[in-house]
Amino acid sequence: MVSLHSYLILSAILFSIGTIGVLIRRNAIVIFMCVEMMLNSVNLTFIALSKHLGNVDGQIFVFFVMTVAAAEAAVGLALMIAFYKNRESIDVEDVKLMKL
Amino acid sequence: METFFFMIVAAVAVLASILVITCKNPINSALSLILTFFCLATLYVTLDAPFMAAIQVLVYAGAIMVLIVFVIMLLNVRTESGRRSSHSVLFGSLIGLFTLFQLFYLFNRSSLTGQKGTIDSALINKVGHTELIGKALYTDFLLPFEVTSILLLVAIIGAVVLTKKKI
Amino acid sequence: MSPIALDIAIHLAKIALIFFVVLTLAAYLVFAERRILAWIQDRKGPNRVGPFGLLQPLADLIKLLTKEDFRPAGADKWLFYLAPAMAAIPAILTFAVIPFGAPLQLFGREVPLQVADLNVGLLFFLALSSIAVYGVALGGWASNSKYALLGSIRGLAQLISYELSMGLSLVPTVMLAGSLRLSDIVGAQEGIWFIVYQPLAFAIFLISIAAECKRIPFDIPEAEGELVAGFHTEYSGMRFGLFFVGEYINIIVLGGLATTFFLGGWHGPWLPPFAWFSVKTLAFAFFFIWMRGTLPRLRYDQLMHLGWKVLTPLALVNILVTGWILMLR
Repeated sequence: MVSLHSYLILSAILFSIGTIGVLIRRNAIVIFMCVEMMLNSVNLTFIALSKHLGNVDGQIFVFFVMTVAAAEAAVGLALMIAFYKNRESIDVEDVKLMKL
Repeated sequence: METFFFMIVAAVAVLASILVITCKNPINSALSLILTFFCLATLYVTLDAPFMAAIQVLVYAGAIMVLIVFVIMLLNVRTESGRRSSHSVLFGSLIGLFTLFQLFYLFNRSSLTGQKGTIDSALINKVGHTELIGKALYTDFLLPFEVTSILLLVAIIGAVVLTKKKI
Repeated sequence: MSPIALDIAIHLAKIALIFFVVLTLAAYLVFAERRILAWIQDRKGPNRVGPFGLLQPLADLIKLLTKEDFRPAGADKWLFYLAPAMAAIPAILTFAVIPFGAPLQLFGREVPLQVADLNVGLLFFLALSSIAVYGVALGGWASNSKYALLGSIRGLAQLISYELSMGLSLVPTVMLAGSLRLSDIVGAQEGIWFIVYQPLAFAIFLISIAAECKRIPFDIPEAEGELVAGFHTEYSGMRFGLFFVGEYINIIVLGGLATTFFLGGWHGPWLPPFAWFSVKTLAFAFFFIWMRGTLPRLRYDQLMHLGWKVLTPLALVNILVTGWILMLR
């Protein structure tokens, strides 16, 4: 039997790697993927705790997190395409002027 | 046996997630992230949540990552212009490690006080996981569920508005 | 033998049987397609190797295996090697949840003719079909060639669009059967097949799976006239063979799923269950070949129009109407 603790530690590690990725990468798409990874690590926590507490409420929250992630993907990628049309780049370093 | 299996899957998940942030080519990052999602889906199966595992693969690996790969291919970004400057890498890693340390500290200090529910693996095997989730989703969480549909509608409109030249 | 060892042995036997039958069938489907197309077009087709050309698949296999394994300059090595496997494996994995016969009595126990009777079987199928997209995407991307890249971008857009209508057309069958488990869906069709209640959903599903297989009215990702061979332009030898066989495995598997969801699975009079399942599945395969011999290719905008503005709204209306009727019943 794997303890609840190991699941929480795994999710903490994944979350921290995601944080580091968001902070050190320049490519907007990779940053976006790191955000998805952080959301996923939280999902793992929800499901592990939901099993531990014998309750499906945590899993319903995972459902909502996934919906938000899907909406975020649609809007975020649309933003990236719009930005690429203007700048021919998706580096976040290039997003520093508030005009076109 | 179960611990051994967990260790392997967890190790693959961590390795793949490290690859996500170290690969130069965005498409390799995307593939490593898909591998991480698969590892998490296997963990969901061991946590008696087969429905969540299926949804995980369907939504994350099958929809969100496909969109990301599609955008990478459409914009044809083959290599990255490099990382940020070295001191931002240093600070970023420090902040990440600090987060990790903080989370560990929190886990060791805190204890769970929530009420124990009645759902265990025997019940899940008997009734079915999908049925349990569906019941909770359409009774206790009906309003949030309906609100998510509005969220998705807003996201669709937002994506169309952002990418169309003339509306 | 202890019960657990017997269990494992039975499972391994089922998996081996599926691998053997599906792979052989896929190889012979290629042959059958060439012969039937030739018959439709008033030609002879391959008839030289063995009696009636029946050894043609073997000759093809030897040819593909002995060809040079070529990799274009500037191609991404690992992705280039990985992509054909990612196209073929999800297709054959889907067969794990399809019940292909009535449960047997073997060694004093009931053995279901299905590798894994998952509680979320239908979602498993949808998840795997969305994973199959990566083979097309990576194959075209890794080749470092403009035809391949264009083909795989088209393929991605097509597969994503038609997955939606495919998934939505299956919702009414789930509503009728009250379960996502494939054996329950088959069990619910013991009396009347779902095609009787759901002809519209069946039509939408059939069109969508033709698009998922990238078969001729929808073969835009590999349109020879415009894109040489689309996403697998740069592949040769057995790697091309994997893409090719993957496509035919996909036809068999999706035919089997259409049988399971709408044509009552293995139910049927007179013949044994396994035979019924095979006959229905092969009828779908024949239908796809026939379609290839008859229809011209759609244009890209027509394809997108059909998927998003016709099939998806129809599937949604169908779900709504089915819901009303089930509620009033």
